[in-house]
Amino acid sequence: MEQFLQQIVNGISLGSIYALIALGYTMVYGIIKLINFAHSDVYMLGAFVGYFCMTTLRLNFFLSLLASMAFCTVLGVVIEKVAYKPLRNSTRIAALITAIGVSLFLQYTTMAITGPDVRSYPAMSGFLAQSVSLGSIRITMQQIIILAVTIVLMVVLQFIVKKTRIGRAMRAVSLDQDAAELMGININATISFTFALGSALAGAAGILVGVYYNSINPLMGTLPGLKAFVAAVFGGIGLIPGAMIGGYFIGIVEVLVSGYGNSMYRDAVVFAILILILIIKPAGLLGKNVREKV
Amino acid sequence: MPILSVNKLTKSFGGLTAVSNVNMELEQGELVGLIGPNGAGKTTLFNLLTGVYVPSSGTITLTKDGKSKPIHGLKPYTICKEGLARTFQNIRLFKDLTVLDNVRIAMNQNVKYGLASSFFHLPSHRKEEEKLLHDAIELLKIFKLDHKKDELAKNLPYGEQRHLEIARALATKPILLLLDEPAAGMNPAETAELTELIGWIREKFNLTILLIEHDMSLVMKICERIYVLDYGVVIANGTPEEIKNNKRVIEAYLGEEISNV
Amino acid sequence: MDKIRKNKTLMKLIYLVLTYAVVQVLISTGIITYYLQDILTTICINIILAVSLNLITGFTGQFSLGHAGFMSIGAYVCAIITLRMSTTFGFIIGAIAGAVAAALVGCLVGLPTLRLKGDYLAIATLGMSEIIRIIAVNLEITNGAAGLSSIPQFVNWVWLFVFTAGTILIISNFIRSSHGRACISVREDEIAAEAMGINSTRYKVIAFTMGAFFAGIAGALYASYFYVIKPDTFGFQKSIDVLIIVVFGGMGSLSGSVISAFVLALINTLLQSLAEVRMILYAVILVVIMIFRPQGLMGSKELSVSTLSKVGQIFQPRKGGDK
Ligand SMILES: Nc1ncnc2c1ncn2[C@@H]1O[C@H](COP(=O)(O)OP(=O)(O)OP(=O)(O)O)[C@@H](O)[C@H]1O
Ligand SMILES: [Mg+2]
Repeated sequence: MEQFLQQIVNGISLGSIYALIALGYTMVYGIIKLINFAHSDVYMLGAFVGYFCMTTLRLNFFLSLLASMAFCTVLGVVIEKVAYKPLRNSTRIAALITAIGVSLFLQYTTMAITGPDVRSYPAMSGFLAQSVSLGSIRITMQQIIILAVTIVLMVVLQFIVKKTRIGRAMRAVSLDQDAAELMGININATISFTFALGSALAGAAGILVGVYYNSINPLMGTLPGLKAFVAAVFGGIGLIPGAMIGGYFIGIVEVLVSGYGNSMYRDAVVFAILILILIIKPAGLLGKNVREKV
Repeated sequence: MPILSVNKLTKSFGGLTAVSNVNMELEQGELVGLIGPNGAGKTTLFNLLTGVYVPSSGTITLTKDGKSKPIHGLKPYTICKEGLARTFQNIRLFKDLTVLDNVRIAMNQNVKYGLASSFFHLPSHRKEEEKLLHDAIELLKIFKLDHKKDELAKNLPYGEQRHLEIARALATKPILLLLDEPAAGMNPAETAELTELIGWIREKFNLTILLIEHDMSLVMKICERIYVLDYGVVIANGTPEEIKNNKRVIEAYLGEEISNV
Repeated sequence: MDKIRKNKTLMKLIYLVLTYAVVQVLISTGIITYYLQDILTTICINIILAVSLNLITGFTGQFSLGHAGFMSIGAYVCAIITLRMSTTFGFIIGAIAGAVAAALVGCLVGLPTLRLKGDYLAIATLGMSEIIRIIAVNLEITNGAAGLSSIPQFVNWVWLFVFTAGTILIISNFIRSSHGRACISVREDEIAAEAMGINSTRYKVIAFTMGAFFAGIAGALYASYFYVIKPDTFGFQKSIDVLIIVVFGGMGSLSGSVISAFVLALINTLLQSLAEVRMILYAVILVVIMIFRPQGLMGSKELSVSTLSKVGQIFQPRKGGDK
């Protein structure tokens, strides 16, 4: 039982990271119906910027977190403007291939600059290196920070989406772009803002994952990115609460499979879940099925 | 025995009942009109008949060679095999394919050669393809499209696209043809020509035709019987004369179009 | 009409025999060195992969990101068989078994997932190929992450030529048949196709199964030529490489895929020493093509024998009259 609870604690940390990444996928998909493959690399760059801030610039964790979020925000907006905007009226396949292209570009440019080697993240110091024990369950400060940062960011996100003007614009555009435009909503600004928001979250996830796994490399984004996407699909793509639920679900499943089953198969299980959910309920846990009108 | 009989057919989308308790019978060889104001549920009824939507309740029965068979809930391609073909209100040609290919694709279900033959272009493939080409061109001739067989469908003028859609539907060898606003967007001369053509293909291919149309001159001229749909409900059914003078129909249309004809 | 057709078939045959003979002579005389043979092999394998993916994605419109998964099944099955049966006969059995196994998986995976549209299908196929890779990492018979080595080498130019030309021929014949047109109609407008009597699921599964079959062949050739295979050889990156060839050549153009396999091999060879720059360049090319020429090099047009003979006629004295 205690082992199980320990696994759950670990699963929640991992799930927080997936949830943060999944939110970016889901918001972008909700608004322009694109699987933004480059999102996973924005997250990777978040980890690298965090690394740079903490080592070269010797900033503390929280300042580094803000810096990497800021960097990713800008990056996300630039990607959208340069690569995706010209393709807004082309086919879905063309847009998806572009996204893959941008993803490769970010990966290999990073590799060209930093080298392909794995780097280890600076160790946490001070109270950040401590841990608390509840019986035999150990919760590290890092885990608490990850959860706390995630919760704060999600609350802020909910506030922006539900209560602000731009948040309402986002929801309107994702419901019906043409109608939103007729209502005087600035589509371009709204889309940019969505990318900014999602990328900021990915930047936070990047630095958190560096802290959690202690190592980063230019290709580190792909697999967690895919899993986060699975999380978004699981919860119902385009739906913010869906991405959160999906993120935690995938995180916990993954940790449980490693803990009780064969850790070599944990990725396979995640993808099997994806295929199952797509077959059984393609719209995801919280989604509604829609049919094309003829 | 009616060729098609629809019994208490209903379709709702969430709270909206687009087709409600519709009963309809088509006799072999009839040319029947289906009219009604915008949003009355005409296209939805077509979509139910052709399997694009699954009915919420009710039955659809097709009678072919004296044998009756329920077809509601079947897949569209199965229904097409049973002999129902259609055109779409907002033209759905294979835009980037040639006129010829549009027609040949619709002939696929009657093609007899198998996959192996297609891999190696065996003699069975060649013989059948020659026949296919010949039949397709014959069909295109009826619509005066044979000389445009190599043009892309999207490059045809609007009226010809509508004609091609009918040709494509005929290529499936149907017994019952459903036309969704075939004259939409045509000028009076084109409409008159189309009216004639529809009558002619009915004789030539021994078809039963159900036709949605807003152009009353066309409907009143060629339809033997008319069903009127309003808010998903059949509010009248009868000869053009009867429909023209039906009070409920006039109300539904605010008296305008119909009394003008 | 019959005469034109026979002429065309004859022309095709002549071109094929000529290609085969010229390369064979170049190999025998040592002009094509071992190094160039490696490149030639890669090109042929990539052609098979690209043409088969084009059938799925370019012609049938089903976006697959899992082609490397099918390739790996072919490679592993062929390797495992030839490691135990090291004869040419064993290789043929291995290649066919590999292709059939890939096709079976393609069909099994295809049946449920092909109900999905566009992006969802892409992700599902990606997931499927990741699962295949992870299974290969964990099985004993595939020797885990280390992979299989010392696979007997049977693939030479004869086999390469037979399989590559065979794949192109079969797929291009298929495309130019009623069944192929049905596949294309599914790409163009699935709802209209179904209304015209096309069982779209059936044709998607056919395209998927055929595509997987030939990807399996490509895998078998790879295993038997390069004699080492590892699960990572067939990762996501490989699927993307194939997709790039297809997109660059033009979705829905077989000759485009062939040309693009050559061109990209050339670019690859030139940039060999600059691995990262090569990938950056690839990425930029991909994005630029999508923005400025999403239809690729050839669009959906084909370079046919008759176009080739037109080019050929420039070099011939005009005979006039016989057309
Ligand atoms: N897939 C769908 N989902 C939700 N509502 C639908 C769907 N298809 C049709 N409807 C609704 O059903 C009603 C009937 O639509 P339908 O297209 O059948 O009308 P119609 O009689 O063909 O009208 P028109 O003359 O304008 O073509 C409309 O209110 C329409 O919005
Ligand atoms: Mg309608």
